[in-house]
Amino acid sequence: MAEPILALKDVRAGYGEAVVLDGISLELPENGSLAVLGRNGVGKTTLLLTIMGFTDVRRGTISWRSNDITAVAPHRRVRNGIGWVPQEREIFPSLTVEDNLTVASRPGSWTLKSVFELFPRLAERRNNMGNHLSGGEQQMLAIARALMTNPALLLLDEPLEGLAPVIVDELTDAIRRMTADAGTPFILVEQHADLSLALTDQAIVLERGAIAHRAPSAALLQDHATLDRLIGLRIDESRAATSS
Amino acid sequence: MSISTGAVTDPHLYLQAQSRWHPLEFAFWAASILPFFIFPNHLVLASQIAITALFALSLDLILGYAGIVSLGHAAFFGLGAYTTGILSKYGWGDPFVGLLAGSVVAGLAGYASSFIIARFRHLTLIMITLGLGFLVHEAANQASWLTGGSDGLQGVRIGPLLGRFTFDLYGYAAYTYSLIVLFIVFLVVRRLINSPFGLSLRGIRENPVRMPAVGAPSHAHIRKIYTISAVIAGIAGAVLAQTSGTVSLGVLDFQRSADVLVILILGGAGRLYGGLIGALIFIVARDQFSGINPQLWYFPIGVLLVAVVMFLPGGILGGLARLTSTLRSRWS
Repeated sequence: MAEPILALKDVRAGYGEAVVLDGISLELPENGSLAVLGRNGVGKTTLLLTIMGFTDVRRGTISWRSNDITAVAPHRRVRNGIGWVPQEREIFPSLTVEDNLTVASRPGSWTLKSVFELFPRLAERRNNMGNHLSGGEQQMLAIARALMTNPALLLLDEPLEGLAPVIVDELTDAIRRMTADAGTPFILVEQHADLSLALTDQAIVLERGAIAHRAPSAALLQDHATLDRLIGLRIDESRAATSS
Repeated sequence: MSISTGAVTDPHLYLQAQSRWHPLEFAFWAASILPFFIFPNHLVLASQIAITALFALSLDLILGYAGIVSLGHAAFFGLGAYTTGILSKYGWGDPFVGLLAGSVVAGLAGYASSFIIARFRHLTLIMITLGLGFLVHEAANQASWLTGGSDGLQGVRIGPLLGRFTFDLYGYAAYTYSLIVLFIVFLVVRRLINSPFGLSLRGIRENPVRMPAVGAPSHAHIRKIYTISAVIAGIAGAVLAQTSGTVSLGVLDFQRSADVLVILILGGAGRLYGGLIGALIFIVARDQFSGINPQLWYFPIGVLLVAVVMFLPGGILGGLARLTSTLRSRWS
């Protein structure tokens, strides 16, 4: 079996004295994709922050292409190829769209041209300040900025949260294209479990900072009883069918 | 699918395009030599403007571009001035040696303090820079055997520029020298802020915590720019010591740190030319208003500052940019 691109082994992490994640172990293969599901406050965002190096890891190891990166600084993880789209978007409000993208630019296949092709709406707004964009456009910019770092792995934290359905469809399509076409592995934290499971190969469900369930995404999408029990989700059958 | 944007799509070319010279910039620098012809009796004042502009440029790098507020920047200005003055007293009066030494000493002090500066923001940072400024001022006051204390440094002897041009009372050499140094430093700063590093600084200004998420080490970048800024402040101080032939504790005063902040806010922080325009307005206003009433010259400056902060949040240049943008959108 090929070496995983990312591996977490028995990770216990949190902020200061507070422990949020405990005993997390997972592996993500090259070209793999993972949905992270769970109720609010179970540690989904903290899992991504831990992979990025923004939390205190008290036990366990994080490996990137077989190298231990547990103590590596966040900016070095980005330079090694881990891209992150934060939940709060955190675009730079008084920089233009083009500046927001250029500031993150690293050599690779993703350039201003290719991200503008993925998000034509950003090309139209290229001279707008970050704070002069709609919520959906800001989300596109946050994803595009992460792509400009030319990541070998993309971490997406609730990219569809609070967006209008038409924007959700647009972004879902973009995520599908950028991951399927470019073959970029990704980890997706998302409240829209049906969409999330439709976009990924594997899924884990977190409960109280630990992995309570793991399964292939397609299988979990059909396992309504487990979804209902672990995240209180009743899947809309028609939407699940159309998303997959 | 392809897009037709009619604009640069390579990040490096985009930054290069950003750094193209605007015709107004040529006009600005051409105008800077006008004092030789129009105000030949005010060249000393003109050299003060150039030196203050240089100092404001150094503060702009950290405040306007990296979001580091400092109320103690005069510490580096003063270190540059004292280093140059003391060296000249002991026989090293060549202007270029003094300039180099002043910038190195200020840069070393900036590098040492940058490790503290990079860790804090907001009010804590303001207080730390203020405290560092007071520390250097008091150290210079106490070390009167070296600095002359409150009496000022005695025996400053600056040699002629290139062995030929003496810094005299008319200010020809002083303004020429100040202007050339300002222009060279400006070119370096301009190149710096239009580089990927410069763009990263603006990202740090917006969100220092999240910049590592796009691969930029915020603390290391802050340390670099703070050191560069200190070097430039030291150069400004050195030029003042050389062109005026005196160094006193005034170069380290809190007032100097506060004035340069006011200058930057007036002109427009983070706009490259903001400090230059601010310095021009501030020094000319001080010269004119103190001629009318030496005790109350800060009054109109205060009014101007309040008006600018309230009605032109981006300073005078910010206001002009907004006006231009409004007029363009109306006409197009």
